[in-house]
Amino acid sequence: MTNHKEAQVVLRLDNITKRFGSLTANDAISFDLAQGEVIALLGENGAGKTTLMNILFGHYTADEGRVEVFGQALPPGNPRAALAAGVGMVHQHFTLADNMTVLENIVLGTAPLWKLGFGKAAARRRILALVQDYGLQVDPDAQVGSLTVGERQRVEILKALYRDARILILDEPTAVLTPQETDDLFATMRKAVALGLSVIFISHKLHEVTAISNRVVVLRHGKLVAEARTADTDKHILAQMMVGEEVAPPSVRAANPGDVLIALDQVSTPDRGSAPGLKSVNLNLRAGQIIGLAGVSGNGQAALADLIGGLIAPASGSLRIHDAAPKSWTPRAALAAGIARIPEDRHKTGTIADFDLTENAVLELYTKPPFSTKGWMHWQAARDFTQTVIEGYDVRCPGPDTRIRLLSGGNMQKLILGRVLETTPEVVLANQPVRGLDIGALTYVHEQLLAARDRGAAVLLISEDLDEVTALSDVIHVISEGRLSPGFERGALSTTELGVWMAGHGFEEEGGSHAA
Amino acid sequence: MDILDILISASFWTAAIRIASPLIFAALGELICERAGVLNLGIEGIMVVGAFAGWLTVYLGGGLWFGVAVAMLSGMAFGLLHATLTVPFGLSQHVVGLGITLLATSLTYYCYRLALPSVTSPPKIEAFQPYEVPFLSDIPLIGEAVFSQTPLTYLAFVLAVVVSITLYRTPLGLAVRAAGENPAAVAAQGLSVTGIRMGAVMVGSGLMAVGGAFLTMSAFNSFFFEMVNGRGWICIALVVFGSWKPGKTLLGAVLFAAFDALQIRVQQTPLGADIPYQIFLMAPYILSILALVIMSRRAQVPAALMVPFNKGER
Amino acid sequence: MRLEPVANPTLTRQLGLPALALLCTVVIASLLAMIAGAQPFSVLGLIVKGAFGSKFAALETLNRATPLIFTGLAVAVAFRAQLWNIGAEAQLYMGAVVTVVLGTGALSWPAFALLPTIAIAAMLAGAVALLVPTFLKTRFGVDEVVTTLLLNFVVLLWVSMLLEGALKDPMGLGWPKSARLIAEARLPRIMDGLRLHWGFGLALISALVVWVIQRRTTLGYEMRAVGLNAEAARFAGIPVNAVLIKTALLSGGLAALAGFSEVAGLKGNLTLDISPGFGYTGIIVAMLALLNPLGVVVAALFVAGIFVGADSMSRAAGVPTYLADIMLAFALLLMVLAIMLTKFRVRRS
Repeated sequence: MTNHKEAQVVLRLDNITKRFGSLTANDAISFDLAQGEVIALLGENGAGKTTLMNILFGHYTADEGRVEVFGQALPPGNPRAALAAGVGMVHQHFTLADNMTVLENIVLGTAPLWKLGFGKAAARRRILALVQDYGLQVDPDAQVGSLTVGERQRVEILKALYRDARILILDEPTAVLTPQETDDLFATMRKAVALGLSVIFISHKLHEVTAISNRVVVLRHGKLVAEARTADTDKHILAQMMVGEEVAPPSVRAANPGDVLIALDQVSTPDRGSAPGLKSVNLNLRAGQIIGLAGVSGNGQAALADLIGGLIAPASGSLRIHDAAPKSWTPRAALAAGIARIPEDRHKTGTIADFDLTENAVLELYTKPPFSTKGWMHWQAARDFTQTVIEGYDVRCPGPDTRIRLLSGGNMQKLILGRVLETTPEVVLANQPVRGLDIGALTYVHEQLLAARDRGAAVLLISEDLDEVTALSDVIHVISEGRLSPGFERGALSTTELGVWMAGHGFEEEGGSHAA
Repeated sequence: MDILDILISASFWTAAIRIASPLIFAALGELICERAGVLNLGIEGIMVVGAFAGWLTVYLGGGLWFGVAVAMLSGMAFGLLHATLTVPFGLSQHVVGLGITLLATSLTYYCYRLALPSVTSPPKIEAFQPYEVPFLSDIPLIGEAVFSQTPLTYLAFVLAVVVSITLYRTPLGLAVRAAGENPAAVAAQGLSVTGIRMGAVMVGSGLMAVGGAFLTMSAFNSFFFEMVNGRGWICIALVVFGSWKPGKTLLGAVLFAAFDALQIRVQQTPLGADIPYQIFLMAPYILSILALVIMSRRAQVPAALMVPFNKGER
Repeated sequence: MRLEPVANPTLTRQLGLPALALLCTVVIASLLAMIAGAQPFSVLGLIVKGAFGSKFAALETLNRATPLIFTGLAVAVAFRAQLWNIGAEAQLYMGAVVTVVLGTGALSWPAFALLPTIAIAAMLAGAVALLVPTFLKTRFGVDEVVTTLLLNFVVLLWVSMLLEGALKDPMGLGWPKSARLIAEARLPRIMDGLRLHWGFGLALISALVVWVIQRRTTLGYEMRAVGLNAEAARFAGIPVNAVLIKTALLSGGLAALAGFSEVAGLKGNLTLDISPGFGYTGIIVAMLALLNPLGVVVAALFVAGIFVGADSMSRAAGVPTYLADIMLAFALLLMVLAIMLTKFRVRRS
């Protein structure tokens, strides 16, 4: 690969500072990107990576500092100028319109708005050429709403390439991919570099960073804390730089599995749009055991979580609680059965932003004494309960009357954790419990889940982070297109073998799936 | 007269297409707003403004087409107000829309009272006259029904084609549709969501006002209170009925108008004489509600309709 | 530009911005009055004087505020749960029709039994009128804004039909109006000699009851939760559709009480112009009150004052009464903007 010291500098970030209210998201950050180089931008959630890239791309205006592309200063706050200068960005959350075709999404904004027609034939030719050159297989005339996550990402990359991007920014691109798809992405990145592009690759997965990058830039709490050649570092050093302290992996004690609390037998649920439902799933949740669910997002995790959480009932097959079929299956029935639910999205489904902490804390409990009798609320009891949760689960907040909107993600999650664990549930459904949390909150949540297990609860951990699943789970199931693999004991399969299951192989010959 | 006789009479279809014309303008206007992601409940009031502005211009001696332009501009002014409050400020589109309807209506009535302090019967103007398209108007039935209308009616149908082509075949249309489906897609491609949405609301509001102007300049030839009479709300139903597609919306407007024209004629038959006239007047509104129920399952709502976009959101 | 949340808005911000909104409304109204050739300050003075300047004027304002409190509460309750009830006008007429049907001699009971019966029957009729669009929303996903709006026209035509048919007063000399209520079906005046009936008292009690429901009961908590975040409410096990239906019953019932109170308290019979848009004005009242039930009382008095004041101002200064509607429209738009700006700050991105 090219030696970056001699190569031309294509991008220079100079002293970038950005504040949101009292929070300094980026604090005087400077670094260069050279032609043909892959820089990995490494940092925890909330370290300021995405903010920095949004400034570079012109979505935000920096409070201080400047961005230079090919020696020219970029006018701030102008995505158009960034695009014109050759900066292409693949956002973490895809920016695609589902009701339009791949081609329409790609050409959007490339022609002057007042032009008549957008030259469909020429555009298709160009897209097909790019598909060839970069190995990004996708049908230009497909409706984006019908594409898989991997295909959508390829459309995002094509959007940048179609505009002749010379600098490609990929924001957490691998979070939604199987290990094999990640390899394909890396192949595309290598082709791009070979064709003279430069890449900034944002991630917090260390093995990926070491695999693809030439250089690593580490952000922590908005500051650039380290910059090194990838060859000069290793995962251990990088982890330390990213977190700022030695991270101890969660100490996992041996599990002591007990009775089956929830049993799914040949359960299927309907598909929802492009998200598959469950397909003849068998699963046993046992007391005192963490069951981990590995899989690429959008493969039926939501359906399984909704099923266990009481939001949907099986279309066929049976769901049994303590070996008895529930009469009706609603969120309230699930709560009555002792199932604690930590939802995937704490902002949208877990909490009500404009409710205060008290009102949020009793959201699942208000129907019963001491919080209400005969339809009358007892707010003092609710406030006392909230105070208990705040103290017991280390929720940092001004008090129970604070609107929950003002809390950080970690504290919000701790309140949810307290709300569900305070009732000593028999089953804990933890759906993406640490997504977006900093290392402190993350460790805390994991410890609480392990403590619940040790107390005898059955824990179902759903996560798109394979590392998290393998670190915590006693038994791992893989989900792919709504099918569930048999359960694998801790350490039974390597990451590669899990990846094969995640990509959807190994299910066919068995017809259905297996009990743990 | 038998209902079948009515349905094959040219005068019936002439009336249906005339009744459909203002609905086509206003429904296309609403469609443009909603395709960009903004529900415009100001439609009812903006139609009132358009009706008044067009009529007043001609009443004061302006030309007919100049009157249409004034109507459109005044509609766009209220569209700008609506868009400013709902797009960059992200206020509730329901509340702002209803507020705009109240404001537009009351301002219009205020101005009407100021302009004509002491009239009892509203003065008439020289309105658009039917124009018989050469040759085409000689076709039996269709010629009389379709090609002997006023220029504004022809404009309405041409506009439906223009809106359709613009939405599906031009870069601008792509941007508008994307803004209503996923505004982040628009922003990521270096376009301004705020600009596109505000532009769409203004243009859409301009068309609503032309729809209102049709009433005074091509149908009733004078301005009176309550003349819009819920047509704006019906147009919102028509857009849903048309699945946010210009062609289907136009078809819905014509069907609706045909039904309206039919009920007026049935009222005058012996059958109609036994039924209270209010039943006939209710029919269009009930029909709109039924259309909404029938279409509710199939309609593809723009995904970002009524969702404000704030790029600084964290 | 970008909107940035303000964590702890200062009191100045919370009070100053709404005050500024009202000030702007007054300035705009003055300018419009000037265009009409009147002295701006005298016009404002005339409005205030016309609304509160005499005992007669103040009582007139209270009478006018009464239906607005009911419709304002109806809208506030519904909007709180994100049920967009724009049909208070129709529900009002439903209540009025029931009042006339039961109150013109069909039931000859003593007042203490008759009045509550009519009130409850009226509420049920209003509730049913809102239940239809609510059911279409929960069952078919049809937007209730459009259906409630369209039903307003349908119900008004139906009332017109009744007044020319089944409910027509045989002694009415051909006018479309109903017979007069029997004495037992009339709401008594609060004090002898004062032109203020018990409908006003009922409105105040209703506001208090709604406030208690929202703050102290599980139903109120559920309605707020559904309104603020239906998805989270559903996840937590709150039966969202059932809550919406209960909300509709309450909202429709409150709006119907406006019709009951106007017929039984003020007018004594039903005509087609019994409501000059009280249902729609209720939306403004509710928004100005920030959907707070006690605030609704204050907002209704304010709005009624503007209407009553504008009537008398118009007679004195020759400025069209539509000035009142314009002021309210501006007050509404500027107020929602001001409230938003108390919570968010405008920043350059």
